[in-house]
Amino acid sequence: MKQGKIIRVAGPLVVASSCLGAKMYDMVKIGEMELIGEIIELREDLAFIQVYEDTTGIGPEEPVFLTGQPLSVELGPGLISSIYDGIQRPLDIIRAKEGDFVPRGVEVPPLDREKKWEFIPLVKKGQEVKEGDFLGEVQETPLLMHKIMVPVGLSGKIAEIKKGKFVVEETIARIQTGKNMMDVKMFQTWSVRRSREVHERLMPDEPLTTGQRVLDTLFPLAKGGTGCIPGPFGSGKTVVQHQLAKWSDAQIIVFVACGERGNEVADLLLSFPELDDPHTGRPLLERTVMIANTSNMPVAAREASIYTGMTIAEYFRDMGYSVALMADSTSRWAEALREISGRMEEMPGEEAYPAYLASRIAEFYERAGKVVCLGSDNRIGALSVMGAVSPPGGDLSDPVVQATLKVVKVFWALDDRLANMRHFPAINWLLSYSLYVENIKDYLNTKVAEDFISIRQEAMQLLEEESELQEIARLVGVESLSPRERLILESARSIREDFLHQNAFHPQDTYTSMRMQYLMIRIILHFHHSGMNALEEGKSLDEILKLEVREKISKMKFLPVDDPGLLESYIEVDNAFKKLLQKKGSREDNV
Amino acid sequence: MYKEYLTVSNIVGPLVIVEKIRDVKYGELVEIEAAGGFLRRGTVLDISTERAIVQVFEGTVGLGVEKSKVRFLGRSQTLAVSEEIVGRIFDGSGRPKDHGPQIIAKKMLDIIGSPINPVSRDYPSEFIQTGISSIDGMNPLVRGQKLPLFSGSGLPHARIAAQIARQAVVLGKEEKFAVVFGAMGITFEEANFFIEDFRNTGALERAVLFLNLANEPPIERIATPRLALTCAEYLAFELDMHVLVILVDMTFYAEALREISAARKEIPGRRGYPGYLYTDLASMYERAGRIKGKAGSITLIPILTMPEDDKTHPIADLTGYITEGQIMLSREIHRKGIYPPIDVLPSLSRLKDKGIGEGKTREDHADVLNQLFACYARGKEARELSLILGEAALSDLDKLYLKFAELFEDEFVRQGEFESRSIQDTLDVGWKLLFTIPRQELKRIRPEYLEKYYAEEK
Repeated sequence: MKQGKIIRVAGPLVVASSCLGAKMYDMVKIGEMELIGEIIELREDLAFIQVYEDTTGIGPEEPVFLTGQPLSVELGPGLISSIYDGIQRPLDIIRAKEGDFVPRGVEVPPLDREKKWEFIPLVKKGQEVKEGDFLGEVQETPLLMHKIMVPVGLSGKIAEIKKGKFVVEETIARIQTGKNMMDVKMFQTWSVRRSREVHERLMPDEPLTTGQRVLDTLFPLAKGGTGCIPGPFGSGKTVVQHQLAKWSDAQIIVFVACGERGNEVADLLLSFPELDDPHTGRPLLERTVMIANTSNMPVAAREASIYTGMTIAEYFRDMGYSVALMADSTSRWAEALREISGRMEEMPGEEAYPAYLASRIAEFYERAGKVVCLGSDNRIGALSVMGAVSPPGGDLSDPVVQATLKVVKVFWALDDRLANMRHFPAINWLLSYSLYVENIKDYLNTKVAEDFISIRQEAMQLLEEESELQEIARLVGVESLSPRERLILESARSIREDFLHQNAFHPQDTYTSMRMQYLMIRIILHFHHSGMNALEEGKSLDEILKLEVREKISKMKFLPVDDPGLLESYIEVDNAFKKLLQKKGSREDNV
Repeated sequence: MYKEYLTVSNIVGPLVIVEKIRDVKYGELVEIEAAGGFLRRGTVLDISTERAIVQVFEGTVGLGVEKSKVRFLGRSQTLAVSEEIVGRIFDGSGRPKDHGPQIIAKKMLDIIGSPINPVSRDYPSEFIQTGISSIDGMNPLVRGQKLPLFSGSGLPHARIAAQIARQAVVLGKEEKFAVVFGAMGITFEEANFFIEDFRNTGALERAVLFLNLANEPPIERIATPRLALTCAEYLAFELDMHVLVILVDMTFYAEALREISAARKEIPGRRGYPGYLYTDLASMYERAGRIKGKAGSITLIPILTMPEDDKTHPIADLTGYITEGQIMLSREIHRKGIYPPIDVLPSLSRLKDKGIGEGKTREDHADVLNQLFACYARGKEARELSLILGEAALSDLDKLYLKFAELFEDEFVRQGEFESRSIQDTLDVGWKLLFTIPRQELKRIRPEYLEKYYAEEK
């Protein structure tokens, strides 16, 4: 292996000389301890290296080993249920080997080298295959059929295909390409900074349901879409991210905890094995890959972590699955970028972030999408990306937020005023938006209810009217509003409290099916319409608001999934108003 | 013997630049002997083949370019630990300050430490009863949590921290308990307040103190919290103790960091603080926690005074992003003469959900907590409204909420400095206040609890 020599060490940045021949983003090993680093700048024979581990104890004159390979991840059976650090080292294995703290310079292969997987071939000898075609499959977990694909750039005739139990390093197929014979193993490697190739990109047109009412009904994300959740601390970003990881109807979840709290990662790790996927009833862990680079772990590895996660997510997408990637939080990633940039003494842009911040963010989100995967069967895969952003002081003019909003299509604005009122999820319904509503309109109207989009529109409008009326009420008092306007306020309040407010820790409330969401909002609006009607008929607002069925409405969200009680509530609203209208007396009599 | 260098070329603020060095490592501990013979210590911040930049803990006053002897010690800064450390007082660099002997080291621990493997972490879930209603009831603290006090100048954060240290218990358990106290840049009087309070309550015998006072070198403050946390890790994960770490005042720590960054002419981030402030703070705060299979725990309460009570100030802001919530003190409540002046609305405990409820505190805790929050928030809104329009303009319901907000501050938040309320009492006070609100308004409480507790009163 070629060697360079360290000439400078400044925190996570190391400069080495005599590195001619090194390439940008090549991986290197530093010093006697062989710490892992990556080349981020080359000036003649000098290489500037960001180091993924603490550099204390490293000094000039020590060697730098050039591997000549870019920083890569291993892709193959064994990924699911794993927990990796930012450069794909399995943290559970490190713990077993090294104890409760993460030491430096440990080298552990990302995929288990000893575990045998049952490989079932899907092709026959003599068959022509091209890149992306399935060679076979491995039942990795009960939830996931891991497809073994022909590596990118390879095509030819199958010369040999095996069947049986193998470890990931064994050859399972041989492919004749021209004059060469290529051995194919169950795993492949891929550079993290290069997006995996696809056949064609498509427009997202299906919703990614999450069971979170405010998201699914008001601001839906599409499968293959991108969304961001910016908000100040304490506004519930992480809980929303966890809810998404738990309840999204994706087949694979990749969760990147990037520069966040260790205890939160522990929470995910401890709760995922116990939580069941609402769609299949199996533990959620069986469809999850976790990347955890907590805030106290080395900063350069944090920078790499979101790429590691993204590459793994793309790999599963290539199998034709719907994958969702959550990154919490991209601000920490941007800060890592800033820190390294500062150490390199680059000319700073806004808030000392490097000038290339916006292009890096755009590149990252652009790796999401609904695609036709490589392979002859033209299968479709989708990769949806949701990034949390933690702007300082919740200030949305922060460069990371602004650069993110330029590329993502869904904006879930967290509001600490709502969080203070313990309205969770604290997503502001006036500021947030989703640009996917048009794309997924047909899907929702055919699969959920034909009037879904119009109902949603009406709910949004009520909320909008509420904010205007509140403004007036604040100036002149609630008393000066007409009964109709006050009913609008009450109905909007009901939408907020009985529908949008959702308790992530309540066993029933934590997840609501699309059908149920539709019924709930439908019932609230039904009450509103009937109320308006009753006002027309001369009933007083007080009479309407005193109807007992309102308590039923406020308890709707605690009903189990698809409980028939919901439909009953609808009928009860009907009956309550019928009774009210039949009652003798009119507004005049009451006055 | 160490090689001595007489090649100091520049001295800039707290930094000393040494030329023509060999075999020096990043992060190495350095001793500098000034012309007068007295010793100073520092660490290597930046190293190249020609020169090393050394950050001097005790400041560079009295150091000259000539005649300063520099020795590189070949190791990073360490702390000597043994069981004997409990009950001792040290200065900000870890030297005994109580006229006692040096600690005979059972172990020398690197003060930077290694990150806890996230896989090894156990999720904090044991409720700590602090006896303060606005914390226990509304933003409960659990073992292994890091929960800062966000304060301002002139607010009684020291008294609250001392009260927590005095009263904190885990229900139904008798365990080895210790307090580690790290002071950065606070005055003698403030430090003395803690020492006296620990002494009077007998807590001093199970406490370890690291004191860097206002008149002591600011750069030393970089090491002080790390010494405290290294000591805490030893007590918690090797001696199985439950350690409460109090760090005061993180603002001064961050300012010291800014000083070094400015001296190195680094590109500043917000308000002149270095871009790596987040990472730096995280490398300390994240040392709190629990580890699977170990009996001990580290619970961390950093205290910081927000300049101009501004919680978007970088120190408060970044702290809030790392810690698991915050206890916010309010000048407005303080002015009303209410102790402790905790504003529960912007306060938050992120780990409460697994620490409360049946078997931990009481089944209705979560619901009562949410309901109190909602009612108090509504009451405060009503209060604002009444300021603009007059109380007469409020609806009857809003008047009830307004009254509720007053009662809440007066009966729930207000309590004595030496009054320790059990969690049962705290929840009962909460219910008493909720009875003033009509039952159908209490939407955050599950019907079965409403049935059980609301009916009880009638």
